[in-house]
Amino acid sequence: MKEKKIMLGNEAIARGAYEAGVKVSAAYPGTPSTEISENMVQYKDSLYCEWSPNEKVATEVAIGASISGVRSMASMKHVGFNVAADPLYTAAYIGVNGGMVMIVADDPGMYSSQNEQDTRQIARAAQVPVLEPSDSAEAKEFTKLAFDYSEKYDTPVIVRTTTRLAHSQGLVELCDRVEVEDKPYEKNIAKNVMMPGNAIKRHVVVEKRMKDMAEDANSMDINVTEYNDTSIGIITSGIPYTYVKEAMPNASVLKLGMVHPLPRKQIEEFASKVDRLIIFEELEPVIEEQVKSWGIKAEGKELFTLQGEYSATMLRKNLLGIKQETKAAAQVPARPPILCPGCPHRSVFSVLKKLKIHAAGDIGCYTLGAVAPLSVVDTTICMGASISSLHGMEKGKGSDYVRDWVAVIGDSTFMHTGMNSLVNMVYNQGTGTVIILDNSTTGMTGHQDHAATGKTLQGDVTKAVNIPMFCKSIGIEHVYEINAFDLPELEKRIKEEVAREDISVIITKSPCVLLKSNHFTKKCKPLSEECKKCGACLKPGCPALTKNEDGTIDIDMTMCNGCGLCRQLCKFDAIEEVDA
Amino acid sequence: METRNIMIVGVGGQGTLLTSRILGGIAIHGGYDVKLSEVHGMAQRGGSVVTFVRYGDKVAEPIVEVGQADVLIAFERLEALRYIHYLKKDGVLVVNDQRMDPITVVTGVAEYPEHILEDMEKEHKLLKVKAMEEAKKLGNSRVFNIIVLGLAAKHMDFTKEDWLEVIKNTVPPKTVEINLKAFELGYTL
Repeated sequence: MKEKKIMLGNEAIARGAYEAGVKVSAAYPGTPSTEISENMVQYKDSLYCEWSPNEKVATEVAIGASISGVRSMASMKHVGFNVAADPLYTAAYIGVNGGMVMIVADDPGMYSSQNEQDTRQIARAAQVPVLEPSDSAEAKEFTKLAFDYSEKYDTPVIVRTTTRLAHSQGLVELCDRVEVEDKPYEKNIAKNVMMPGNAIKRHVVVEKRMKDMAEDANSMDINVTEYNDTSIGIITSGIPYTYVKEAMPNASVLKLGMVHPLPRKQIEEFASKVDRLIIFEELEPVIEEQVKSWGIKAEGKELFTLQGEYSATMLRKNLLGIKQETKAAAQVPARPPILCPGCPHRSVFSVLKKLKIHAAGDIGCYTLGAVAPLSVVDTTICMGASISSLHGMEKGKGSDYVRDWVAVIGDSTFMHTGMNSLVNMVYNQGTGTVIILDNSTTGMTGHQDHAATGKTLQGDVTKAVNIPMFCKSIGIEHVYEINAFDLPELEKRIKEEVAREDISVIITKSPCVLLKSNHFTKKCKPLSEECKKCGACLKPGCPALTKNEDGTIDIDMTMCNGCGLCRQLCKFDAIEEVDA
Repeated sequence: METRNIMIVGVGGQGTLLTSRILGGIAIHGGYDVKLSEVHGMAQRGGSVVTFVRYGDKVAEPIVEVGQADVLIAFERLEALRYIHYLKKDGVLVVNDQRMDPITVVTGVAEYPEHILEDMEKEHKLLKVKAMEEAKKLGNSRVFNIIVLGLAAKHMDFTKEDWLEVIKNTVPPKTVEINLKAFELGYTL
């Protein structure tokens, strides 16, 4: 018997890619897709994997590898797929040489994202097929199959997951890696150079390919019809399939393994055999609208929401009308995520708060600077947008307007797309102040290296992009590096640079407290008798600090990382530094 | 066997993921089908986190529904209360008797409820342990979660030997001894 292992959906995808003989894998970290690349590393003797600075670059790396004749993969979260859309739309025209697969992870319920978009819609627009597994075992199998389809139909193939699949674990049967022979590269300008004359002809190929795939979909093994009780028939895919099996084990089900293009004949036949056709798909009515456009009577979003995750409970309630006797959730204080104790971002934000400065924010842990009591971050849009949106504010309202504004962006996000925005600010004579919160890692997604850390995904030591030198080289005169916990220097510098009618960059440096290389030798301890109960130390909202009933403060020594921010804020020396 | 539903709830950073790995391991060890569902990413930064573990002959969905948990393992009192409606009527709540104020309480927006455990004990079988204090006595506060797991283990379908073996194979090699001690402590409470 083959070995069975319990694996995260993402781990299983990495295993599938390994078994499929992938040679090149590229990605930028993003919840819930990050663990795919983290799990590729264990196979580095058989393949190459990298963190690219962003998803567009990762996708182009995969396209290049495919053109050269090897199997390749790019992985990303749904919003990263927007960044990757540009190369993807044209890669669909070019097709592949070695099989090329993109893994795209959606986030219904927005556990860790800024929006709830549906990857299937972009895939449809780009005319690229989409497979959707429903558990870890399928995640591995579908990933392998995606490579076969990619080569068979000469197209990139997307495997779509969701948070619930990516971060669920299930049993997976391990197989050996199949070493796929490299395909020879043959120069083919008509296929690989997408200028109008060639692209016009390739578009014809794309249309025919999608038609062929739609026809073949009717007999694909991964589109499975299960006939049981035919009073209700449900079309579903992915994780929602498991909810159907849980709530309605006797219903007839058409489980789609390929959600684009759809198997029209198979769906028409299924619809004809059931009394009531239900379409159960999270997020957008992608299947539903197509099915209805064929004149088939079906119900979908009339019953189920466009937002958030689905559940078996939802099926029982909304479809079967079963009211379950369950207790309501207790009314309890919310516990939103917050910056860790000792986080260098808190220190920088405490200064911005004191100076009453607005911050155009970005994507990363420091987005949490918007949460009370800090409430410093004014805006969060997408990766890199802090710098460019600050620039837009200045161009809209004039340079006086940004004299109490800064842009805040992390080091990894700066490498992702912040660099472009900064170049724009220089080029178009912006005078804003940019704070690069350099904690030497990609924090929120769980500490991945990037182009400025000096280490690769495979663990090799490499050249580190020098952020201050980069800023100077594009023409910025005022570039400063400051320790993120040096409050007097931070305050002085931020005041000066914000007032300055010229572009400046302040790089606040201090490694993320969760980095394993970080060793804390000190902790902070309150001296109750000295405490004047002013509350200054509590203002930045460190979770290690709480107020005692008498108004003095307590510091949880198991949580404290000894950053000393509270000690610096205390005017009465009522917090001392002790050895950890 | 009917599918068993276990939940682990707590505050991001408390080690719910390690605990769920051990639970996944023990279910496989017992020859069951198993599915787990976890929270990664932003919510882990000090937020409320929940992990679902389901095992049985054949498991479909990876999440536990409201009112269906056989065992609810809570690493903090308020989090126990937040998810108590998931517990079956005859389910068991195993709770680390510790208070961690969420930022909403620290900033005075909300109040930390009083008598949480007493109120829940009226309706459910409840086992509690001041695991953080016990863990400190063992010399490593980080293993408090394994003490709580040990206490919960008595209400699940595996022998102590099975648990010890799975823990040995799951935790980092350097921490095997202290984790086994922590489990024993919880198990014998």
